[in-house]
Amino acid sequence: MEEEDIIVPISALQHYLYCDRQCALIHLERIWQENRHTAEGRVLHERADRYGHEQRRGVHTAMALPLACERLGLTGYADVVEFEQGDTVRIVRPVEYKRGRPKAHRADEVQLCAQALCLEEMMSVDIPEGALFYGQTKRRKPVAFDQALRQLTEDIAAETRALIRHGKTPRAVYVAKKCNGCSLIDHCQPQAMSSHAPVAQWLAAQLRH
Amino acid sequence: MRRLLNTLYVTSEGAWLKIDGANIVMMIESEERGRIPAHMLESLVCFGRVLVSPPLMAYCCEQAIAISYFTPNGRFQARVEGPVSGNVLLRRTQYRATDDPERCVPIIRHLLIGKIHNQRAVARRQLRDRGDRLHDADRRALESTVKRLERIGTRLLETYDAQVLRGLEGEAAQSYFGSFAALINSEEDEFVFSGRNRRPPRDRVNALLSFLYTLLTHDCRSALEQTGLDSAVGFLHRDRPGRPSLALDLAEEFRPILADRLALTLINRRQIKAKDFSVAESGAVLLSDDARKTVLTTYQERKREELTHPFLGETAPLGLVPSLQAQLLARHLRGDLDAYPPFIWQ
Repeated sequence: MEEEDIIVPISALQHYLYCDRQCALIHLERIWQENRHTAEGRVLHERADRYGHEQRRGVHTAMALPLACERLGLTGYADVVEFEQGDTVRIVRPVEYKRGRPKAHRADEVQLCAQALCLEEMMSVDIPEGALFYGQTKRRKPVAFDQALRQLTEDIAAETRALIRHGKTPRAVYVAKKCNGCSLIDHCQPQAMSSHAPVAQWLAAQLRH
Repeated sequence: MRRLLNTLYVTSEGAWLKIDGANIVMMIESEERGRIPAHMLESLVCFGRVLVSPPLMAYCCEQAIAISYFTPNGRFQARVEGPVSGNVLLRRTQYRATDDPERCVPIIRHLLIGKIHNQRAVARRQLRDRGDRLHDADRRALESTVKRLERIGTRLLETYDAQVLRGLEGEAAQSYFGSFAALINSEEDEFVFSGRNRRPPRDRVNALLSFLYTLLTHDCRSALEQTGLDSAVGFLHRDRPGRPSLALDLAEEFRPILADRLALTLINRRQIKAKDFSVAESGAVLLSDDARKTVLTTYQERKREELTHPFLGETAPLGLVPSLQAQLLARHLRGDLDAYPPFIWQ
């Protein structure tokens, strides 16, 4: 694939952070699962239709804002972006809504930071922080886009691009805690695929019946 | 895993299928005759003059629901496809593998080991279940088939040439169908069977087998396409325009257990009788419309039978096994598995 042809959806970064094989199954193999692509397509479609903005108490809010970052080759949407006129500069703040609760890993922060990097490039602004809103805790958690998070996001974007460029699905490694919670476990078959016994050995045992 | 959803078989001449909200509706002469929830559907098979509305076609293509058209006698005519789905990289890998004898041979070998083992299992089961009630000649014929298939299976394991493998398959088929009559418990001489013939089938057993193989091939084709493989480019069956070669490859392992066993069940339980067939002037034998419905219903029931998948160790309905095997083939082509694990029916 031509390098400039590889446009990574922001959602792929989250998949990659969870599991590189899951990311490959979704974005390389494009597996069809429970109307996944149609469901996602519908969501994107609805999102594109849902674009809107409102003005409240000096805060201008845009919903379902389409985003891209040429430098990192990313594309996607921001759920909500808030714009406020500060003392000297306009403050831009991406806010992502999550159904669950804050997670131990940094996938949500990386997704938010990726949105910020897109907005910075598209609007030529600096974005110091954003926020994650968790449905289960009903809490809004500020996220500072510090150097470490920016670096992590850029690294993950580069690794995800490399995975897509390489075009090969990584081998399965079964980790019970992670795999059992993964909606793609039936497609991935991590236990069957990571057992190292050659198929010929298995077959010979079968034929002895 | 995709739940085993339903294949909708439409055999009513002049039916008009359309989508209405979340339902698929069948109209005959402007009257609603049937309605099923669209999300329950996995594939749609139309026999004879059946019309499908364009919005329903679009829905089916979007949801990866296969639509196929057959003549009333079950000859494949056409299918409807949406934008090609699946992964271009996988299909390229498949084409490279089918062009490379080094990669073809192990796949062909395992497909045939699966098929021949399953043929042997069908014959063994008959001996186990009815051995004491069989005529001596029938029992001896089956015992000799079981032995021969076992020997052929062993030779397959040591063969590294595609043509020799195909030759062994021919030998196995001769032996298996040579004693197939011993599997038929019907005393009616209307179900005399003296070997496989087709295009057109010229006896009742062959007519039934051909019809079941058609259904099986359709299911294998859908399974491959959902996986993203190209059903037209095979390993064992070489390319021929219009032939779903890979679907035929995949069907091989299932012919004995899904189609042959079902044909035997239908005949041996008298669900299908001699009067369910008509013989054309040319000697071709055709299934009647009512009998075709009986076959379709029983086929759908059979697909719900649960079993433990030999390689994955999971419980699955028999009807989902073609999809699982298609996935395992894709995983082998992608390099996850060092070989293709065939479906071994115990």
